[in-house]
Amino acid sequence: MYDLLWLIPFFPFLSAILLVVLGSRMPRAVNGAIGAGSIGLSAIITIIIGINFLTSPPEGHSYTQVLWSWIDVGNFTPAISFHLDALSLVMIFVITFVGFLIHLYSTEYMIKDEGYARFFAYMNLFVGAMLVLVLGDNLVLLLLGWEGVGLCSYLLIGFWYKKPENGYAARKAFVVTRVGDIAMLIGIFLLFMHTGTIHIQQILDMAPRIWVEGATIPVAASLLLLGGALGKSAQVPLQVWLPDAMAGPTPTSALIHAATMVTAGVYLIARTHVIFELAPAVMTIVAVIGLVTALIAGFTALTQTDIKRVLAYSTISQIGYMFLALGVGAFAAGMFHFMTHAFFKALLFLGAGAIIHALHEEQNMFRMGGIRKDMPVTFWTFLIGCASLAAIPLVTSGFYSKELILWKSFSSQLGSVWFYIFGALGAFITAVYTFRMVFLVFYGEKKTEISHLPGTRILLTLVVLAFFSTVAGFIELPHTMGDFTLFSNFMASVLPSVPVLEYSLGTEFLLQLIATLLVAVGIYIAYVLYVKNPEAVNNLTASPAGQGVYTFWSIGWGFDWLYDKVFVQPVIFISRINKQDFIDSIYHGIAFATEVLHRLFTKTQTGKVRWYAMVLVAGAIIVITLAVLL
Amino acid sequence: MTLLWLLLLPIVGGLLAWVSGKTGTQLPRWISVLALALVFGLTLQVWFQYYSEIDIFTEQAWLIEFERDWIPQLGISFYLALDGLSLLLIALTAFLGLISVVVSWKEIQYRVGFFHFNLLWILAGIIGVFIALDLFLFFFFWEMMLIPMYFLIIIWGHEDKRYAAIKFFLFTQASGLMMLVAILALYFVHGNATGVYTFNYNDLLGTDISASVAMWIMLGFFIAFGVKLPAVPVHTWLPDAHTQAPTAGSVVLAGLLLKTGAYGLIRFVVPLFPEAATQFAFIAMILGVVSILYGAKLAFAQTDFKRLVAYTSVSHMGFVLLGIFAWNDLALQGAVVVIIAHGLSTGALFILAGGIQERIHTRDMDRMGGMWSTVPRMGTVAMFFAMASLGLPGLGNFVGEFLVLIGTFMENILLTVIAAVGIVAATIYSIWIIQRIFHGEPRETWEMPDLNIREMVVMVAMMLALLWIGLYPKPILNTAKPALDILQRGVEEVRMVEQTPVPDPRNEMQIFMSINQLHKSDH
Repeated sequence: MYDLLWLIPFFPFLSAILLVVLGSRMPRAVNGAIGAGSIGLSAIITIIIGINFLTSPPEGHSYTQVLWSWIDVGNFTPAISFHLDALSLVMIFVITFVGFLIHLYSTEYMIKDEGYARFFAYMNLFVGAMLVLVLGDNLVLLLLGWEGVGLCSYLLIGFWYKKPENGYAARKAFVVTRVGDIAMLIGIFLLFMHTGTIHIQQILDMAPRIWVEGATIPVAASLLLLGGALGKSAQVPLQVWLPDAMAGPTPTSALIHAATMVTAGVYLIARTHVIFELAPAVMTIVAVIGLVTALIAGFTALTQTDIKRVLAYSTISQIGYMFLALGVGAFAAGMFHFMTHAFFKALLFLGAGAIIHALHEEQNMFRMGGIRKDMPVTFWTFLIGCASLAAIPLVTSGFYSKELILWKSFSSQLGSVWFYIFGALGAFITAVYTFRMVFLVFYGEKKTEISHLPGTRILLTLVVLAFFSTVAGFIELPHTMGDFTLFSNFMASVLPSVPVLEYSLGTEFLLQLIATLLVAVGIYIAYVLYVKNPEAVNNLTASPAGQGVYTFWSIGWGFDWLYDKVFVQPVIFISRINKQDFIDSIYHGIAFATEVLHRLFTKTQTGKVRWYAMVLVAGAIIVITLAVLL
Repeated sequence: MTLLWLLLLPIVGGLLAWVSGKTGTQLPRWISVLALALVFGLTLQVWFQYYSEIDIFTEQAWLIEFERDWIPQLGISFYLALDGLSLLLIALTAFLGLISVVVSWKEIQYRVGFFHFNLLWILAGIIGVFIALDLFLFFFFWEMMLIPMYFLIIIWGHEDKRYAAIKFFLFTQASGLMMLVAILALYFVHGNATGVYTFNYNDLLGTDISASVAMWIMLGFFIAFGVKLPAVPVHTWLPDAHTQAPTAGSVVLAGLLLKTGAYGLIRFVVPLFPEAATQFAFIAMILGVVSILYGAKLAFAQTDFKRLVAYTSVSHMGFVLLGIFAWNDLALQGAVVVIIAHGLSTGALFILAGGIQERIHTRDMDRMGGMWSTVPRMGTVAMFFAMASLGLPGLGNFVGEFLVLIGTFMENILLTVIAAVGIVAATIYSIWIIQRIFHGEPRETWEMPDLNIREMVVMVAMMLALLWIGLYPKPILNTAKPALDILQRGVEEVRMVEQTPVPDPRNEMQIFMSINQLHKSDH
């Protein structure tokens, strides 16, 4: 059964090629069927393999399938081979399953677009590359998927290529993530140099034997890998590309944010966690970066007016939580939040897409409002997604995964009470901006008329995702609610559980209560500010201090401005100067000097015998004089 | 005899094409296609035959040899020999040669017979360079490439062709002269030391030369090959020659002529002067890194499509220079793969540039933009080659550049890190090409046909080749391996013998070599 593994990435690639070659000659229905069907097939195989894995796990809880030898020079022997274990199984399940739903949704959502086949080709390629990324058993194959994902994000963000700003956003995403990739590339070189192998499992087996905790190489290697992860997962300081990535079609955003791309960094760290564990200082850096990102993005989300940008910043913020989990060693908790987040974030983006479509492509939340009666399914499913994002207790999956992270950030050996405090603060902000969005979009008076209601495929997708956004949390319950740890048990073969300090159930319950109260207060504040008393917001932002803070937050804390001054302008400057290549002027100089000499000497060729005789005599005199003098 | 056929086919084919030019424009084209197809077929046949017996060739230097006396009094012989490295390069030559004929089908309408004569003679010269192992003969073929190339640019080139052709000629002639002096110096040093005056490569290997003399002779070779490569600061002939040459000329220049420089470095500079090359390695690697970054930097600034691609060549060939002077198996294999992959990807970009120029009569990217909706097939193809050029994994260039970088990393971490920045630069200029030509708002309205079947066949062939190298480079790596092993072993032996008791701290290569040895004994 496991030998079907290669088919999972194969179908998306095959269908991408089919769509590129034949797409323009086939009717839309066929294009859509191929595009979505291929991912569906992959999802079915994934589920079959997954069931197999759960009922009769392979030896050592992992299975490797070698397809062919890729490069073979000395001991540098990466193969095209896939590695299946609990970690990659969870990843491919989310990628294919959520990916399929997004594709299904797109068959309806994109139907009027002239680039229908091209869209599905890119989307399939995206899914295929992501699958290779998580299945690759060596760092080079992982890099292939990694760069492939970057390429597809570029293609999809710039999908509507006629608008220059879309092209700009696409290039920004590609270049910024590639900056991180260079760090990762060097990290791979370093690991290869010191372990003599490029196979991930071998490196992980070898690492604890050849390095002690805190040694230079694992610290350097994990920092470099982290650089790659920060780029792909849009964490501070490389988060700037993600908000602009909204330029792509909405299903693309759903794919980037939920199933592919931004989770790649989380996966990378989880996959190479052994190396990170040998570098405790780097672990702390991961946690701090995650927390800082979660807060910065949260505050920024508070001030956005574009519904997709709010969601984009919420993704950055939620990935920050995943990094926090990774940083305190709670790898399984990070993966758990990845999974629940995939469901509810895909749901939110697809819901936002349905709303935007319904309101004449309006994306500004302040021009929406009052549509909950007209779009009940969209409203309820969107509300379920928002509840999960805001971590409303008991009934949402987001609650269980976020609580787990907050608890681990406090109780883990690598944790700290400060992590908990700022994490809880982040949860509070999340509740505020999430429900700000709900109230602005669905409540109040109607500001834009609805022109087009979503059809069955869109609504079906939303309902399925809403279902999973609710139930996916029940596979891992905290100690205070039954201590049911199906997910982390399943992950234990790859991601060992963190050593935690002993705390009483009472402490855990208290912390959960605090976080829950914060969420409730956050929702109430959003209600007061955006439903009950909208004047209050205006007053707040009208004051000079409020205005300053508002502007600072709304431009994403000035990172774009800073990078423009520090990186973009200098690059443009450098490319402007020396367009003509000054080195060439050296050769032109030589040519010019030759020509001048040539002219000079032709002047002496006058044809006048008297003149020649004169020069002859003068020359003779000079020679004789020199001979006498010397 | 096979080796002789490899030379005779294009030479005779070229003559026939010239003569048949009097009958019309079609016959020379078909004769050229036939001649090059035969060369290609012959190469493939040798390759298949060789590949099945690859294990045998780990000890023996040459797969096929052909030797006849030429001027025995001076120790000059007509000595041709082929190993895996030359085989790969000849396969590339035949493949790109065929493609150049096909892409010129509509572009060249003036003196068609003479055009194909020149094209085939350039290719014959290039093949000769790859298989001549008598240094005098090598120099003969080296010069034989240049004159027809000069004609190709000056007769069928674009607006500034005279300037470009003369510049190309002067640069290559001046540097060729230095190589001639170096060859003669080596000949006399060897003759004085051993009493045997010969130009035979095998005999000249391991010549005992005093360190300072070796350095000067080595530099003579290095400059000649460096100009061809080209390495900064002797690269300035290249943008002009590339830009002004007809499409076939650009393809041959970028795909093949530059590669003769890389080949010369691998075949002659390091093996003939291992000591001097080792001492010089650090400077050469710096030149490589400077070429990578400076070429990319100049590429950003260009508005002429062909000129931009020409500067990217400087950048890519920087990787080759870096890899060759890192001189370990990873970096060398990487350099070979870059040589081949760059020939394909850059060749294809030049073909696209030529195709656009044929359609809208400009190469100025400021006048393009938004062309995807008019010519979607061309856009898709361009996207593919732009991605190859920025080193997307799965395509050939990635395999080469990755191997060069990881090999160089073992020698010098700092230079590798700086070179890796070139990858970000490559990303910027590659997607900039797509943005300016195919994406965005159209700046002018152009009516033009999309790629036709002839052009698509060429493009698809090149795409498949790049995918093959990107996903299954093993046949190429395996073919090059015995040849590179033998070259490396020879260099190592000389170093072992002449190694001074106190290792020079600057000499990082030697240190690495010994580490490498230790690693190998571990396994």
